[in-house]
Amino acid sequence: MDRMLYVAMSGARETALAQARNTHNLANASTTGFKASLDAFESLPVAGPGQPTRTYAQTRDLPVDFTPGPLQATGRDLDVAVNGDGWIAVQAPDGTEAYTRAGDLRVDSVGLLTTGSGLQVLGDGGPIAIPPFETLEVGNDGTISIRPLGQDANALAFVDRIKLVNPDPAELVRGEDGLIRHTENLAQPADAGVTLIGGMLESSNVNTVEAMVRMIDLARQFEMQVNLMKTAEDNDAASAGLLRVS
Amino acid sequence: MNKALWIAKTGLDAQQTRMSVISNNLANVNTTGFKKGRAVFEDLIYQTVRQAGAQGAQNTELPSGLKLGTGVRTVATEKMFTQGNMTQTENALDLAVQGRGFFQIQMPDGTLGYTRDGSFQLNSEGLLVTAGGYELLPGVAIPEGTQSITIAEDGTVSAQIAGNVEPLEVGALQLADFVNPAGLQPIGQNMFIETAASGAPQTGNPGLDGRGRLIQGFLESSNVNTVEELVNMIETQRAYEMNSKAISTADQMLQHANNTIGR
Repeated sequence: MDRMLYVAMSGARETALAQARNTHNLANASTTGFKASLDAFESLPVAGPGQPTRTYAQTRDLPVDFTPGPLQATGRDLDVAVNGDGWIAVQAPDGTEAYTRAGDLRVDSVGLLTTGSGLQVLGDGGPIAIPPFETLEVGNDGTISIRPLGQDANALAFVDRIKLVNPDPAELVRGEDGLIRHTENLAQPADAGVTLIGGMLESSNVNTVEAMVRMIDLARQFEMQVNLMKTAEDNDAASAGLLRVS
Repeated sequence: MNKALWIAKTGLDAQQTRMSVISNNLANVNTTGFKKGRAVFEDLIYQTVRQAGAQGAQNTELPSGLKLGTGVRTVATEKMFTQGNMTQTENALDLAVQGRGFFQIQMPDGTLGYTRDGSFQLNSEGLLVTAGGYELLPGVAIPEGTQSITIAEDGTVSAQIAGNVEPLEVGALQLADFVNPAGLQPIGQNMFIETAASGAPQTGNPGLDGRGRLIQGFLESSNVNTVEELVNMIETQRAYEMNSKAISTADQMLQHANNTIGR
């Protein structure tokens, strides 16, 4: 068979995968704390006897785009955004420590502090339990203080401190559940330099205009590969025609 | 089939849900005691197409693999229990709760409902009822011949009866509070019901143990911020358009492949 067909096919297949990823970013344009996936194409030359004429394409992950998303003021007590670099530590369903930038916190029925998607937020010593409160204040450094139910305003009680970490971004990867983890899957030490802003949420960092342009780019690229496949087919048809006895 | 098509579909679904939540908020901008909702999204699972760290050759590892996300989903539509504005009505049976707490309402099926809507009326038996005719608990009967009703901050109800000098104390109202009000289930008619997520109600006198105080002659208006909702609406509409554009682009790619190859 004509090798050109397979080279063009690898281009079209990988372009379709890249388009899927780009669409995933667009679909999450309004997911709180979402970080865009980035990818890159790389060439895989085929070495062998004869001229090295073939180079297949392969798309692969780049590290997640960790640039901060724009902040949205919500005014809710339990909405927090990480100011600058850093992460909020949460407990993943499998019990390991994972990190998120989605700070839409809430208190569940048993008094545990969780994120909007129900993951328990970690404090100095595991998940944070919050006694019944009248008002709750999350400080800049993640300190949670409450005015217990039925107490006066001077009876503020310190509860716990949200664990904020700031590992090297190069050591962070996204797992299949969408949470960010350390590459070694080790719990990271809390970093006192990470600060929170109350009453704000960090929105998705997807640049929608850029994603739209990339979408058009990838679609045209895909069409080009398909055209190449058509050319390969035409070439084969022409050479078959040459040999035909008519 | 093309992944991009289905991923974009999840994006459209999410924006559609968000639009419904915004429309519901806007529609209830004048509903007494209404609490605005908010759609919470999260990214769906990621599929590993090529595993990072797999052996590329005997002595080399692939430095990075390929993980494809599969879109977005709505995890919750959360109610925001911030205080609404107080509107003065000067109606003696209008009550607003300043702070935490809900009025307990006896539903027709015998269960309890909870509401922040304090626009009460009297029924033929002199009991306080909601606009829908459901009784307020604990029931307070206003005697015949009452000229004026006073409801104190702590819930004490006193009636001034014609011919009497001293006002007569006819009962006390109570409020119910929840650990996690956001876990209550809205059932319409300004009413919420208890769920496993909200915790059990703690009832007691208003103003005690963190429960809010009652204000007579006022109603709590909806806490919807119209400007915020309009901005959200614009954002939602644009995101919806982009996702539908992604569907048509994926469609064009497939169409081109179909029309070009093998003809």
